[in-house]
Amino acid sequence: MLAETGIPTKENLASIMPPDERLAQGPVAIAECFQNIPCDPCYHSCKQGAIQEFQDINDRPQIDFNKCNGCGSCMSRCPGLAIFVVDATYGDNEALVKIPYEFLPIPEVGEIVTAINRAGQPVADAKIIKVQNTKVQDRTAIIWLAVPKEYMMEVRHFKVKEVR
Amino acid sequence: MRQIEIAIVGGGPAGLAAALNASKLGARVILIDRNDYLGGQLIKQTHRFFGSKQQRASERGIDIALELAREVMSNEHIEVLTKATALGYYEDGVLLVEQAGKIIAIKPERVIIATGGAEKTLLFPNNDLPGVYGAGAVQTLVNVYGVKPGQRVLMVGAGNIGVIVSYQLLQAGVEVAAIIEAAPRIGAYWVHAAKVVRAGVPIYTRHTILRAIGEREVKGAVIAQLDENWQPIPGTERELAVDVICLSVGLTPLTELLWQAGCQMTFVPELGGNVPLRNEQLETSVPGIYVAGDVGGIEEASAAMMEGALAGLNAAASLGYTCDTLIDDRQNVLQQLAGLRSGPVGEKIRKGLAQCSL
Ligand SMILES: Cc1cc2nc3c(=O)[nH]c(=O)nc-3n(C[C@H](O)[C@H](O)[C@H](O)COP(=O)(O)OP(=O)(O)OC[C@H]3O[C@@H](n4cnc5c(N)ncnc54)[C@H](O)[C@@H]3O)c2cc1C
Ligand code: SF4
Ligand code: SF4
Repeated sequence: MLAETGIPTKENLASIMPPDERLAQGPVAIAECFQNIPCDPCYHSCKQGAIQEFQDINDRPQIDFNKCNGCGSCMSRCPGLAIFVVDATYGDNEALVKIPYEFLPIPEVGEIVTAINRAGQPVADAKIIKVQNTKVQDRTAIIWLAVPKEYMMEVRHFKVKEVR
Repeated sequence: MRQIEIAIVGGGPAGLAAALNASKLGARVILIDRNDYLGGQLIKQTHRFFGSKQQRASERGIDIALELAREVMSNEHIEVLTKATALGYYEDGVLLVEQAGKIIAIKPERVIIATGGAEKTLLFPNNDLPGVYGAGAVQTLVNVYGVKPGQRVLMVGAGNIGVIVSYQLLQAGVEVAAIIEAAPRIGAYWVHAAKVVRAGVPIYTRHTILRAIGEREVKGAVIAQLDENWQPIPGTERELAVDVICLSVGLTPLTELLWQAGCQMTFVPELGGNVPLRNEQLETSVPGIYVAGDVGGIEEASAAMMEGALAGLNAAASLGYTCDTLIDDRQNVLQQLAGLRSGPVGEKIRKGLAQCSL
């Protein structure tokens, strides 16, 4: 259970996943935020109005997947680093997973890294497609990983293979 | 003897906000902190904060500290004394402060105590070995002085501080072998927990440390699982090779000055220990002495800032200062505080505060 291990369960995840039809249309945000905590920057950061207004600051984010265009603006504002963007349409065998990342070194485009799941276990190799690290993001980089499609709902972190 | 309208002890978020708000109304303030920098705990908080936009959520503590400190330093109404320790508060209303080996006696008309909290420790064999640290100390080493405390750390306590300090250790390139927690549930926000777990740090709830291993320094730790009655289960002992044991088992309010001043105190476990009784104005049972932030109950920086603002406004208003928006400003702060403390995670704080109001 999440409160005992820090790892969201299948049930936790099932409750927040976008439907397959939406995934088939392109990038979409997934907020893996399962606890009612006093926090709402994700709502304020979405210019598309895709995150429902919070009635109470303790509300959990509810994403309207039809309004979300997967832009990722919400990702670097979330203090919990709990929002990811998944693009299932990236390739025939590969999907794109965008990950908020605050470790050094920041990998380079083209680099192969080890993709890691929510339990901290390596699951596959992944390729760095893009690194977004602008001033607005304020030291929370967003790293785009191409991963084998079957792992797109598992990969939520990565490790660089060796320190340069 | 120095005369001043308001003396504030503690330059953390509470003290800084108090100084800014009191001076906004026109009061003259002295702000005293024993560190050589302002910002208190905030100076070590490199992570983004939770909360709402109004309380600067999503900003990093360190940036909030720098900005508040700059504002305070450039404010003509505020005199800042750093490397200055408030040693005592006496019956005649004199505050004694030590700075650079000299004693300064200050006679303020109002005092705001914003001294924050101190770390609690834990009893186990060998807990006096070098390598056993408090989480706050580790955070100071890593984030203020840029020093690695060791190579491989066992973190004891899975509250927000234990989990965030683990994250910051990983960012500094230090390995974290595990986070152990005696309670059956993780106390930290689960999003924080999730991010250290996926970075490779296991969290073991219902676990405790039995002893530290080593002769002259920490070489390892023995941990064990706990049963329903919080007793170690024989046969579950495990040895971890670590050179640092980091204790993150809570904070307790730093209340010496309040005791000295004769403020009525009460023990409230939900708030971390003995805390002063206070009214809605944040004034203690001793007229003219106000409290704000962790010294009134261990909470959060956002709440500390709000309380500081409130204490600053009230202390200045009690001296006769005012402005057109005073009533609204106060109301606004009270509303934000209520919002912060509203949800399920605020329940403990609400329960605690209910026990110490005057
Ligand atoms: C690891 C960690 C993570 C945290 N994360 C968050 C978070 O995500 N969001 C959040 O809102 N809050 C967070 N906090 C909590 C927040 O930092 C504290 O609640 C807040 O700093 C309390 O503010 P304060 O002004 O009451 O006390 P402090 O920040 O502790 O400041 C008190 C100051 O008083 C000074 N002082 C004490 N005694 C004396 C004396 N006798 N004479 C002179 N000076 C004295 C001290 O030197 C210190 O500078 C975190 C805290 C820690 C440790
Ligand atoms: S990805 Fe963009 S559109 Fe989607 S929720 Fe986040 S900010 Fe809004
Ligand atoms: S900003 Fe992140 S942690 Fe905060 S409510 Fe939104 S998703 Fe949850």
